[in-house]
Amino acid sequence: MADNQEKDYILQVKNLKKYYPITGGFFSRVIGHVKAVDGISFDIERGTTMGLVGESGCGKSTTGRTLLRLDGEKTDGSVLFNGKEVYDFSKKEMNDKRTEMQIIFQDPFASLQPRMPVGEIIGEAVREHKIVPPEKYDEYVEKIMDECGLQSFQKERYPHEFSGGQRQRICIARAIALQPEFIVCDEPVSALDVSIQAQIINLLKELQEKRNLTYLFISHDLSVVEHISDTVGVMYLGNMVEFGKTEDIFKNPLHPYTQALLSAVPTPDPKAKMDRIVLEGSIPSPANPPKGCKFHTRCSKCMECCKCEVPEVREIEPGHKVACHLYKDQGKKVES
Amino acid sequence: MRKYIIKRILISIAILFVVSFLIYLLMRCLPTSYVENLARQKSMQPNSKSYEEWMQQLSAAYGMDKGIFSGFFTWLGNALHFNFGDSWHYTVPVTQKFADTIWVSVYMGAVSMFFEIIIAIPLGIYAATHQYQKSDYIISVVAIAGMSLPTFFFASLLKLVFCVKLGWFDLFGLTGRNYEQLSSMGQIMDKAQHLFLPIVVLVVISIGSLMRYTRTNMLEVLGQDYIRTARAKGLSEKKVIYHHAFRNTLIPLVTIIGGSLPGLFSGALITETLFGINGIGYTSYNAMVNGDIPFSMFYLVFIAILTLAGNLISDILYAVVDPRVRVS
Repeated sequence: MADNQEKDYILQVKNLKKYYPITGGFFSRVIGHVKAVDGISFDIERGTTMGLVGESGCGKSTTGRTLLRLDGEKTDGSVLFNGKEVYDFSKKEMNDKRTEMQIIFQDPFASLQPRMPVGEIIGEAVREHKIVPPEKYDEYVEKIMDECGLQSFQKERYPHEFSGGQRQRICIARAIALQPEFIVCDEPVSALDVSIQAQIINLLKELQEKRNLTYLFISHDLSVVEHISDTVGVMYLGNMVEFGKTEDIFKNPLHPYTQALLSAVPTPDPKAKMDRIVLEGSIPSPANPPKGCKFHTRCSKCMECCKCEVPEVREIEPGHKVACHLYKDQGKKVES
Repeated sequence: MRKYIIKRILISIAILFVVSFLIYLLMRCLPTSYVENLARQKSMQPNSKSYEEWMQQLSAAYGMDKGIFSGFFTWLGNALHFNFGDSWHYTVPVTQKFADTIWVSVYMGAVSMFFEIIIAIPLGIYAATHQYQKSDYIISVVAIAGMSLPTFFFASLLKLVFCVKLGWFDLFGLTGRNYEQLSSMGQIMDKAQHLFLPIVVLVVISIGSLMRYTRTNMLEVLGQDYIRTARAKGLSEKKVIYHHAFRNTLIPLVTIIGGSLPGLFSGALITETLFGINGIGYTSYNAMVNGDIPFSMFYLVFIAILTLAGNLISDILYAVVDPRVRVS
């Protein structure tokens, strides 16, 4: 993009890959790799939200965790956070950096230490990283809890005494307490009731405005993503197939996979005619992905060249990129 | 909580009653009868009464003429007044023989358990945090080797090396030849020296299982989501492991260790026999082989009480370490 320099990107991901070895045989030799994330690139502007959507198993959560270096080493590519490579930090530096980049996990039940009172869960790292002076510590934890819709008397309680929505509030408070700039929200509402989902989404939006936060919002719920995101990336089998502004993606989906996903979103109008594009079969194994375009096995517009040639990423309209052979003569090629 | 404890104690008493009856039943059904053996010996002596006559007289004297039920309730009635009778085999009051032999076993057990815990748990944590690395494999192999060594073989091996070849320790017994001449400090050191090898045996053969158990539990906990949360907080690895992971590993460990406490009082039969230490394991084994009902009853019921108490205590400790149990 021409205006690349003028924009303030908090996160720049280039050709990121994360493979997991498959071991087998008597000596546990590596016999293959699960290519969970297979070369994806995107940038996130400060103060915005990027939605990341895709089927289960397409590598969304792995992307989120790999960005924060929570899953061992990356396989290839680069993750620049405020212009610095995340994987170049020493262990000590990384631990300090973690205050700036936080994550909210999908399962609010499993991700809270069951044997720690809530105040401690929220405040432990605050003390560890000396976010506030010790004499202000209690006050600070209470303030954060209040900000996230929790009462300060709940400090002494244990996670199992809370409901799912409240637990997710604890997870959010825990992340916010470290005063991060960037938060990966890894399907933060998919484990919750619809009524609670809205509350949590609104809380996240409120906090974003107040603290100028940047989110990477991972979800498989397209209506939630449409509501919260400024930009959207669509993932399929470890690759980003389409990326663009939220309006562009939802009004004018280019990739056949995005079109299929959007056609499956339920509408509240019972009389509206559903023109669903049904995807045949299931997602192929990421250990042995199809050659060429990974989506060709299920694509309704599959052509001969899709089966052997990997499509290049092309920018069709400003900021709207797609990786599909249907558009090979349009827009311009994007270097990756 | 109090209600829970009272309920558990009442249930324990009921269990104890049934258990002691079962033990009595089994003791009476044993093929070795002390009374029969004694009658046979007496009738062998020259100018003696016949076996049947001795049998009748001795059965009455030892209370074996009663049926199993009335025999059991007689024993129970006496036991409730803390009257456990005399040991048939050792011909001294049961409690006296017990008091003479129990402490050396408890001491041995407690010391070896202490070392077992302080060696096995850190090893288990180390192996878990270095899973599938060289150190993990080495620890696991050594631990399994220790577990699989037969006690008698390992003990004999140690005796061969350290007693026979090197001459550092005595082969048998709890005290040395010049024990009486030593000062009181010297006497303690002498006993400690004699207990060294037996304790080594007990520690080596028991470390493996506790270490494996710690490792497995630790690995399970380390795979949990909240450990990833702790890492995401940017805590140091030490904090993640000891503050978050180990705390959650403690619960099953407390159960296991609580459950093995009664084992301290059951002695170590093979080790005690091999090292000629007159502990409770060796003593109770002899009592049982000789059909000594009063001693065996006392000892086995005592172990049953300890087991029940151990379970109760570990359940209460559970509540202490696990806030979720505490509430309900």
